[in-house]
Amino acid sequence: MGMTIAEKIIARAAGVDSVRAGDIHTVNLDRMMSNDGTTHLTVDMYYNKLKNPQIADVKKMVFIVDHNVPSDSAKTAGSQKKMRDFAREHGIDFWEGKGVCHQIMMEHYVCPGELIFGADSHTCTYGALGAFGTGVGCTDLLYGMVTGTSWVLVPETVRFHLAGRLPEGVYPRDLMLTIIGEIGANGVNYQVMEFDGEGAKTLSVNDRMVLCNLAVEAGAKTAIFEADEIALEYLRARGRKPKAVFHSDPDAIYAREYTFDLSKIVPVAAKPDFVDAVVPASEVCGVHIDEAFLGSCNNGRIDELRVGAAILKGRKVAEHVRFLVVPASREVYLQAMEEGLIQIFMESGAIVMNPNCSVCWGSCQGVIGENEVLISTGTRNFKGRAGHPSSKVYLGSAATVAASAVKGEICTADML
Amino acid sequence: MEQFTGRVWTLGDDIDTDIIIPTEYLALKTIEEMKQYGFSPLRPELAAQIRPGDILVAGKNFGCGSSREQAPEVIKALGIRCVIAKSFARIFFRNAINNGLLLIEQPDLYDDMKEGDTIAVTVNQDVDYQGKRYPIASLPENLVEIINAGGLVKAMRRRNGIG
Repeated sequence: MGMTIAEKIIARAAGVDSVRAGDIHTVNLDRMMSNDGTTHLTVDMYYNKLKNPQIADVKKMVFIVDHNVPSDSAKTAGSQKKMRDFAREHGIDFWEGKGVCHQIMMEHYVCPGELIFGADSHTCTYGALGAFGTGVGCTDLLYGMVTGTSWVLVPETVRFHLAGRLPEGVYPRDLMLTIIGEIGANGVNYQVMEFDGEGAKTLSVNDRMVLCNLAVEAGAKTAIFEADEIALEYLRARGRKPKAVFHSDPDAIYAREYTFDLSKIVPVAAKPDFVDAVVPASEVCGVHIDEAFLGSCNNGRIDELRVGAAILKGRKVAEHVRFLVVPASREVYLQAMEEGLIQIFMESGAIVMNPNCSVCWGSCQGVIGENEVLISTGTRNFKGRAGHPSSKVYLGSAATVAASAVKGEICTADML
Repeated sequence: MEQFTGRVWTLGDDIDTDIIIPTEYLALKTIEEMKQYGFSPLRPELAAQIRPGDILVAGKNFGCGSSREQAPEVIKALGIRCVIAKSFARIFFRNAINNGLLLIEQPDLYDDMKEGDTIAVTVNQDVDYQGKRYPIASLPENLVEIINAGGLVKAMRRRNGIG
């Protein structure tokens, strides 16, 4: 019986020859990531709920402060101190102020074939490198940290065959929002989205991260690309080696299959308050905005900053708009500086922030007020996600966000 | 077979974790402080109206969104006996089980349900609403073990002898 990439990763982690969708297995986790959203809760449970606890393998642990950085209150400072002290005491890799957790993980840790738990829903990003990354809560993370293991129900895999190539001015974010709009916010609930086809070969690791990262917004347990030469080159450039490179077998079983022709994708937007409320961006043009956000683990990398800067060059942000630009990591920030992009953003009137989660999760900086409207490259547009319950969030590509920031209302880049 | 009855509050499709507990309240020190803000973006008055033993009935994709474990914890702290929905988002599902909050998938009840009415639940068997029985599936054994232990941490103490 053939297996998919995801099934092969679980089989390896479970130490068995084969697994099938629906089986429950105990797996050895290759790595665990936790951020300042919930690590303080994990630490509390570690000390207060367990007697004589220990960490199974400290080398597998990564703690990253990115949700509220720098801290905005005594309360968050207290939570972060707890996390920092714990990491130092136990010798856990600790990152602070250096980037959004998934960006850090991709730049420094993730390897093809690994099974990774992260206490953050967008851990599914790691499929861009052929790893199985999935989001869990702080109790699952605690269990993994203490035992080195966890249980998984082997998910079904749904295949997304990508054909063709994205047209000029259309981005992977438009593609993924289109897919989510089509299949719905629980369209692949508890399943794996596997991307393949000739269209997949036209996508860089950055592009693949954009697709995998949003898979949870369709309910997926994770999303995955085969670790091909493009992925292995990314890895080599960073001095890492794959744990294992898996391919789906020709007779692997898929729950469903979809085909998307990349050449037919157009700029789209997700309307408030659901990620699957996707329409052609042209349908929401003219909506007045108060704030625009270019950043996040989905869309704050050098590719998107280049797109945004190309639009902002020689233009000004509309007077009534706050335009937040937030590079996803220090590495991205430095590269953007080297390329002169930060200069362009600053001259245009943008507010360039340190790498963090920013308004994407509605805390720390950039929160929006009553009835305000944000256009965002963030991950979600749930009711009240970015601030006041009456505020509204539209999701669009970096190009649409940057163009809208200039015009002061939602518009696509070709309308400037 | 475990049985209980409860008054029902109904919520719609795609009830996300930011609705269950908005980001701005996550900085509060305890779940007890947070719980008054449960569901506040959608229904600010709801948390104060919920009484211990009440049941939530919702549409599809309940708990979608972030991995914040405060979401099932807030629901449990409000005294909700169980959540019945057409479907659950998977991270929320695990988090609820890990915290000993009972979740039940039932595809039809929500469409028939009127808020304020009472239902009778027989775990792993069915839900009785005004004499009509809505069948429910049994949970896998390893999940029952976790719920019966009172959550994953307690199950871990029992299983691995840590504690």
